[in-house]
Amino acid sequence: MSQTLYTKDHEYIRVEGDIGTIGITDHAQNQLGDVVFVELPSKGRMLKKGSEAAVVESVKAASDIYAAASGEVTEVNAALEATPGMVNEDAIGSGWFFKIRLTQPDELKGLMDEAAYEAYLKTAG
Amino acid sequence: MLARAGVAHVDALFADIPADKLLSGLMNLPEGQSEMAVERQLSAMAARNVSAGSVPFFIGGGAYKHHVPASVDHLIQRSEFLTSYTPYQPEITQGTLQYLFEFQTQVAALTGMEVANASMYDGSTATAEAVLMAHRITRRSKALLSGGLHPHYAQTVETLNSMAGCQSQMMTPDLMGNEDILALIDDELSCVVVQSPDFFGHLRDLAPIAAKCQAHGVLLIAVFTEVVALGAIEAPGAMGADIVVGEGQSLGNGLNFGGPYVGLMATRQKYVRQMPGRLCGETVDADGKRGFVLTLSTREQHIRRDKATSNICTNSGLCALAFTIHMTLLGQKGLRQLALANHANGVMLAQMLAEVAQVQVLNQTFFNEFCVRLPGNAAAVVEALAAKGILAGVPVSRLLPEAGLDDILLVTATETNTRADMEALVAGLRSVLSC
Amino acid sequence: MLNQQGRPTRAESSQGQESRSFTGNRGLQMDEPLIFETGRLDVTGVDIETPAPFASRLGHLARSSEIGLPGLTEPEAVRHYVRLSQLNYSIDAGLYPLGSCTMKHNPRLNEKMARLPGFGDIHPLQPVSTVQGGLELMQMLAHWLIEMTGMSAVAMSPKAGAHGELCGMMAIKAAIAAKGEAGTRKVVLVPESAHGTNPATAALIGFEVRAVPARDDGTVDPAEVAKLAGPEVAAIMLTNPNTCGLFERDIVEIARILHAAGAYFYCDGANFNAIVGKARPGDLGVDAMHINLHKTFSTPHGGGGPGSGPVVLSARLADYAPVPFVRGGQAGEKGRTLELVETQEGASFGRMSAFHGQMGMFVRAMSYMLSHGADGMRQASEDAVLNANYVRVCLNDLLSSPFGKRTCMHEALFDDEWLKGTGITTLDFAKAMIDEGYHPMTMYFPLVVHGAMLIEPTESESKAALDLFIMTLRDLAFSVQRGESERFLGAPHFAPRKRLDETRAARTPVLRWTPRLPLAAE
Repeated sequence: MSQTLYTKDHEYIRVEGDIGTIGITDHAQNQLGDVVFVELPSKGRMLKKGSEAAVVESVKAASDIYAAASGEVTEVNAALEATPGMVNEDAIGSGWFFKIRLTQPDELKGLMDEAAYEAYLKTAG
Repeated sequence: MLARAGVAHVDALFADIPADKLLSGLMNLPEGQSEMAVERQLSAMAARNVSAGSVPFFIGGGAYKHHVPASVDHLIQRSEFLTSYTPYQPEITQGTLQYLFEFQTQVAALTGMEVANASMYDGSTATAEAVLMAHRITRRSKALLSGGLHPHYAQTVETLNSMAGCQSQMMTPDLMGNEDILALIDDELSCVVVQSPDFFGHLRDLAPIAAKCQAHGVLLIAVFTEVVALGAIEAPGAMGADIVVGEGQSLGNGLNFGGPYVGLMATRQKYVRQMPGRLCGETVDADGKRGFVLTLSTREQHIRRDKATSNICTNSGLCALAFTIHMTLLGQKGLRQLALANHANGVMLAQMLAEVAQVQVLNQTFFNEFCVRLPGNAAAVVEALAAKGILAGVPVSRLLPEAGLDDILLVTATETNTRADMEALVAGLRSVLSC
Repeated sequence: MLNQQGRPTRAESSQGQESRSFTGNRGLQMDEPLIFETGRLDVTGVDIETPAPFASRLGHLARSSEIGLPGLTEPEAVRHYVRLSQLNYSIDAGLYPLGSCTMKHNPRLNEKMARLPGFGDIHPLQPVSTVQGGLELMQMLAHWLIEMTGMSAVAMSPKAGAHGELCGMMAIKAAIAAKGEAGTRKVVLVPESAHGTNPATAALIGFEVRAVPARDDGTVDPAEVAKLAGPEVAAIMLTNPNTCGLFERDIVEIARILHAAGAYFYCDGANFNAIVGKARPGDLGVDAMHINLHKTFSTPHGGGGPGSGPVVLSARLADYAPVPFVRGGQAGEKGRTLELVETQEGASFGRMSAFHGQMGMFVRAMSYMLSHGADGMRQASEDAVLNANYVRVCLNDLLSSPFGKRTCMHEALFDDEWLKGTGITTLDFAKAMIDEGYHPMTMYFPLVVHGAMLIEPTESESKAALDLFIMTLRDLAFSVQRGESERFLGAPHFAPRKRLDETRAARTPVLRWTPRLPLAAE
């Protein structure tokens, strides 16, 4: 059973067991415009919640992606290197960025669920 | 217009300036003058300088006197090039963008590298930026600078590097071009910076340095100050350099008392996202026609702000244009001929100077400049020759006052020097040295 | 923070077929292939004599690798570059209202003066006895810059505005180190509206950047600065007039707060052209400011450089200025000899580039200053500010302004509030201006204003030229209101190129020409 949670920076983390899959939301890809480059963390890197983990770039904008929770990077979506457009086409599916093995699952408590994120989008725009 | 803007007096538009800080009268400077008067004043000032073209001239050391075809200066003064801004609206700046694309291609080909950017301020700042780029790529922070690196370049690197909190190790000035740089390459270094032809004129074989660098995960930054040399000597890329930077002034650009010049920077494709400066790339428009745009700009300050690869904004657009026009006129055929003519004149001058008693030519290898040892203070000899209307070269002590090289003169001959120039130098030197 | 400045960067395919010519050219509008497609490897347009045979001194390092660059004959080359030039917009061809970039007329006397052999054909390492006129020009320009800004010293060597910023911030860093505070003063305050170069410069030399929020009227609140100013703050980098085209009216108080906290005040002088002859940064408490000679003093922009960015310094920073500098004699004194100090001495932070600075730009700027004089330069500032306000009031009934109907300095700022719900963006509006024969204004900058349109007409434009420009923008705005979206969405329709696919350029970068077939050597 998986659960998807959201940050205020428009990242999602899909949690399955102790593995979290991190990417940006459909709203975020829409705001960024055509994604042209994604810089991913190296496998094995230990990330602390809130630390800079990746960079997503469109032609005119670059955004840092922060770790939604602490953990070790277990896998990165290498396909984004050649086809960054996947982020636009399927942000929450094949456009995922990287996976981490959660070391502090408690940290997830502060994140929004889908309903809360929808509500957040309406207020924060 | 004032009424439409809703004010009675123009000063009302400056109401946000604190009243006690608003200048009431004129600044303490002269009032405006006619075009004729300004021309007269500036021409008088210019006339107090000895221009390179008016005398036998042998000065190099990072800036070179070459013949620039007349069409170059004519073309760069076209309004559409001269008075255009950075090509931020590509639909109406394809002229600038296309020449930048051609320029990048030419620089990449000359240096033997995969990609080049749309230019930097000059060779020295390009070198400093290359060092920071190497730090970013290797995630190390110590640079090793060859003793053959132009002293101004080394100082420029040292200033930026230390301000950025990084280290640099400068080797002692390498008059004879025989320093043992290989012994200093280790896993701690981010990069090694080697110039060829070096400041003293020697040609450096970069291949063994590149091999050792590679074994230690260190990047080799190859530097040149005389781009014409690349028409005759091996391309730094072909010898294994990772980043190539240099001064492009020799093609298309005049001496201008030191600037503006044009910095060249080229590297491997895989490092392009760590490269500073503007990049122009090919694409298509809505009708599928080929066109060019500035691209990968997320590396740059106007988007990345404090995380940019550099703070550089302006490049040397018009100087890059002069460079690319001259290069286009030359083609590889002309560049080879130009390089050959330079080398031939350098060799001829070296032979003539070697025959002067008390003068010793120090270089085994060189392109168009080399060092000679004089029996006394080189700066004094240069002054004495200047008084005779001969600009003889660069006393090395001017750039390296503490190096104990007071008797060393750096002499340059380009295609612009005639045999008569060289004979005048030899005769002048004989007469100065015999006093 | 998610960056929300994304905007369409892919070219939509154009509607409607137009008749095509055989060549692809359209009358005077001619496309031009790349030199690599037309040139030949065995052609050169330059005649160089072949030297008599001689013994090479290249050792084993003669070039063996291919160069692979074709040449063109002189007539071919001239035609190539003339055709390319005709694809460019320029200030000489039309109004170029790029806010913050200052596209003013470039007097041709400046070009002529820079090309005098006594300036253009002198070498930076000639004996100083042979370049006294060159040093005199540098010293004279330095004197004018100091006088205009009310500062103590000027560093002439920075190569452009951003390089000048670096110079000023390095002087500040050196001054802090000299006071033994290098370990503590690590923060630089930068307003959110700043040019990107400001945070980039501070970060480049190891400072931590902290944002200062702007208040609702677009200026910096001294109370916010006071909150942030502490023993860890090294400096503020503030643009004045700021990037919203407004004068920071609390600048004196901001300077006082920083100085009291032991910090320095760096002023980004990109917009100095609005206040030359009206106010002096030195009187306002500024410690360092770069001056973009290519903006304020009309040296040509050249399609993106070269620039020149001398930095004026207060007495607190003067000792830390980089080498080289000119010394000796009083300006105008007869028989004086000028020296060039090229080696680091005293507290100077060192050297930041080879040689002495952008001499070619110095001559042009000096020529502009001498022509205008104290009176002309003040008038240029006044006219620039008047022109901007005229444009502002003539458009602000149709376009929305983020900060209300405040008087602006030399540039008028609008946002995209008025475009909401029309389906037309700032980008579309800008591209439609191209079809009207205008270069668009600066768009999407400053970042703090949504869909920003920053218009800087400069003093070069006559009232008649401004009126036509205003009428054109009004016509476009009415067109937006009428829902004539085809005028915008596919624009530009009449430029040498339609919108370019920037997404493709960035996703699969092609940064150089590569031969599909080997070049022919006939």
